[in-house]
Amino acid sequence: MEETTRPQRVRVVLGDMPQARRTPPVRAELDQQTGVGEVLVRGLVRAQLGLAVRMAALVALTVGSLPLLFALFPVLAGVTVLGIRLPWLLLGVAAYPLFVGAGWIYTRGAERNERDFVELVERS
Amino acid sequence: MNVAGLVAVVAVTLATISLGLYGVRLARTTSDFLVASREVSPTWNAAAISGEYLSAASFLGIAGLVMKNGVDMLWYPVGFAAGYLALLLFVAAPLRRSGAYTLPDFAQMRLASPRLRSLTTAFVVFIGWFYLVPQLQGAGLTLGTVTGAPYWVGAIGVAVVVTANVAGGGMRSITFVQAFQYWLKLTAIAFPVAVLLLAWQADRRTDLAPPSAPTFRVVTDVDVRAPVRVELGEPVVVRVDGRLDGVERSGSVPLAPGVHEIGPATVTFPADAPVPHLVGLAVRDGVAWLTPSTTGETALFGVYSLILATFLGTMGLPHVLVRFYTNPDGAAARRTTLVVLGLLGTFYLFPTLYGALGRIYTPELFMTGNTDAVVLVLPGAMLDGFAATVVGGLVAAGAFAAFLSTASGLLVSVAGVLATDVLGTGDVGRSAGSVTGFRWAAVLAGAVPAVLALQLHGLDVSQVVGLAFAVAASSFCPLLVLGIWWRGLTDVGAAAGLLVGGGAAAIAVLLAVAGPELGGWPAALVAQPAAWTVPLAFATMVTVSMATRRRIPANVGATMLRLHAPESLRH
Repeated sequence: MEETTRPQRVRVVLGDMPQARRTPPVRAELDQQTGVGEVLVRGLVRAQLGLAVRMAALVALTVGSLPLLFALFPVLAGVTVLGIRLPWLLLGVAAYPLFVGAGWIYTRGAERNERDFVELVERS
Repeated sequence: MNVAGLVAVVAVTLATISLGLYGVRLARTTSDFLVASREVSPTWNAAAISGEYLSAASFLGIAGLVMKNGVDMLWYPVGFAAGYLALLLFVAAPLRRSGAYTLPDFAQMRLASPRLRSLTTAFVVFIGWFYLVPQLQGAGLTLGTVTGAPYWVGAIGVAVVVTANVAGGGMRSITFVQAFQYWLKLTAIAFPVAVLLLAWQADRRTDLAPPSAPTFRVVTDVDVRAPVRVELGEPVVVRVDGRLDGVERSGSVPLAPGVHEIGPATVTFPADAPVPHLVGLAVRDGVAWLTPSTTGETALFGVYSLILATFLGTMGLPHVLVRFYTNPDGAAARRTTLVVLGLLGTFYLFPTLYGALGRIYTPELFMTGNTDAVVLVLPGAMLDGFAATVVGGLVAAGAFAAFLSTASGLLVSVAGVLATDVLGTGDVGRSAGSVTGFRWAAVLAGAVPAVLALQLHGLDVSQVVGLAFAVAASSFCPLLVLGIWWRGLTDVGAAAGLLVGGGAAAIAVLLAVAGPELGGWPAALVAQPAAWTVPLAFATMVTVSMATRRRIPANVGATMLRLHAPESLRH
C-alpha cells in the first residue's frame, strides 16, 4: 500500500442537522415569527397545500374513479377504442401523460406561489 | 443454458462494478460518500431515481401478474408511477429544504425527539429489508432461468456484489451506476418488445385474448425441473419422459382431468391442448382476463387499497427519499420529480405487452407457476436463432440491472441509517459516523436480507413489494405529510401514529406472508391492508397530537418557514 498517495481519512459530521448548520438569515420579521412574518408564511403554506390538494383531487377524480366506474357500468369495460379495450388503454397508456400533465401544472403553480411570496417579503 | 444470457448478466455486473470503482476515486469523505456532495444535475438525478426505483417488481413482476390476472394488475404500474406525483405534490420541495438526508433526520429536524428518531429508524430498516428480499429472489429466479443455476446462487451473488459495491463506493458511485441502469433497463424492455411485436405481426397477429382458457398454440415440450402439482380441465394425451404421479414414465400417457403430480420430467403437449395450471393458481379465461374484476366488494376494496398503498407508499420508501438530498434546492427537487414521472411513465408502457404476449406464447408458465419469468422466456419462445440470442440476452441484462440498482439504493439507505443511528458513536442529535462504520453497516444491511431470501422462497415478487409499500404508506406518509403541512403535529402523536398505523400494516404483512389461510373479508383486509391502515395512521397522529398540544415544538414557525420558503430568501 502506498500510504503516501492516500489522503488522510477524516471524521466528518454526517447528517447535517439544524443545530449544525448556520441558521438561514431570512428577513428579520420572518425569523422572529411575529405579526406580518407569521401571516406571510401561513399564507404561503396554505396556497401551496391548496394547489397540491387540487391536483391530487383532479387525479383522484379521473384515474382514481375508474375502478368504481367499471364496477358500476360494466358496459364501459367492453368499449373498444383503436382495437384496444378501454380499461387497457386508460390504465396502460393514458394515465401516464395525465400524471406528467398534473405534475407540470403543479410545478408551475408552486413556483409562481413562491415568486409571489418572495415579492411580498421584499416589499414589506 | 443460455450463453448470451449469461454473458449479458456478467457484462452488467462488471459494468456496475467498474462504474462503482470510477466513483470510488471521487469519493473521499463521508459527506461525499453519502450525498454525492449535492453536485448531481437534475437530469442525472432523475435518471438515477428512476433507475433505482425500477426494481424486479417493475421489470419482471408486472408482466407476470398481467399474464396471470389481466387488466386489474395494471394498477401496479399506475400506482408505482402515481406515487411520484404524490411525492411531487406533498413532499419533494419541502423535504429538500428541510436538509434531512434520511427519514430519521426528518423526524429529528421537525420534532426534535430522540425516541421518535429511533422508532423511525426501526421502520426504515424493516421496510428496507422487506423490499430487499424480493430483489434477491428475483435475482435467483433470473439466474436460474438463464443458466439453470440453483436459486441461492443468484440471490447470494447479487447480495455480495451489491454489498461490496456499496461498501466500497457509497452514493457518489451509485448515482452514476443508477443513471446508467435506467437507460439500460428502458432499452432492455423496449427494444425486445418491439422485436416480439414484429414476430407477432408475422404470426398473423394471433388473437391475444381468445375467450377460452389458455391453450398450447403448437406442440410444446415443457421441462419441469422441480415437482409440481397441477390441475387439468380436459383430458389430453401427452408424451412424458420422467416422473408422473409418482411413477417413472417414458412414452404416451393419457392424462385424465383432475390433479396430477409432475416432475422432474419433460412433458410434450400436442397443439391446442389446454394448459394444466398449478394447483391454487386461479387462471382466468380470455373474457375474465380482459375485463376489470371489480364486481365483488372485496375485489373493489383490494384495488383501492393497492392504489392507496402505491400512491402514498412511494414517498415513504427509504431509498427514494435519500435521492432528494442530492438536488441543489427545493425547486430543482420538484423539477427532478417531474422528469422522473416522465421517465417512469415511458418505462411502464412496455411490461404489460410482455404479459399479454406471454398468455399466447409461453402458457407453460401457468404449469410451473413461474409467471414472474415471462419477460425472460418470451424471446426464446417467439424468436429463433440469432434474434432469440440477442434479445434474450438483452432482457436478462435488464432484469439483472433491475436487481442491482434497486438493491444498491436500498442498501445505501439502510446502511446509512444503521451507520448513524445504530453503530454511530456520537449522541443521537449530532449523528456522526465514519467511512469504516458505514462499510460495516453495509455488510450488516446486506447479510440479513440475503439470509431471509434463502428462507422465503416461493413468494410473488410484486406482491411482496406491494406489501412493503403498504407499510411505508401507513407509517412514513402520515409522518411526512403532517410534518410538512400541519403545525400541530407533536412527537407523541407521530410516534403513536407510526406504532398504530405502521404496526397494524406490518402485522397484516407478516400474516399475509406467513400466517394461516384466510377467506373472504379477513383475507382481503390482510392481503391489501393500506385502505384501513393509512386512515388509521393519520387519525391516530392527528388525535394524539391534539391531545398533547403542549408538546408542539416552540420553533415550529421557523421550521415551517424553512420548509416552505424558497432558498433565494436565505441570503
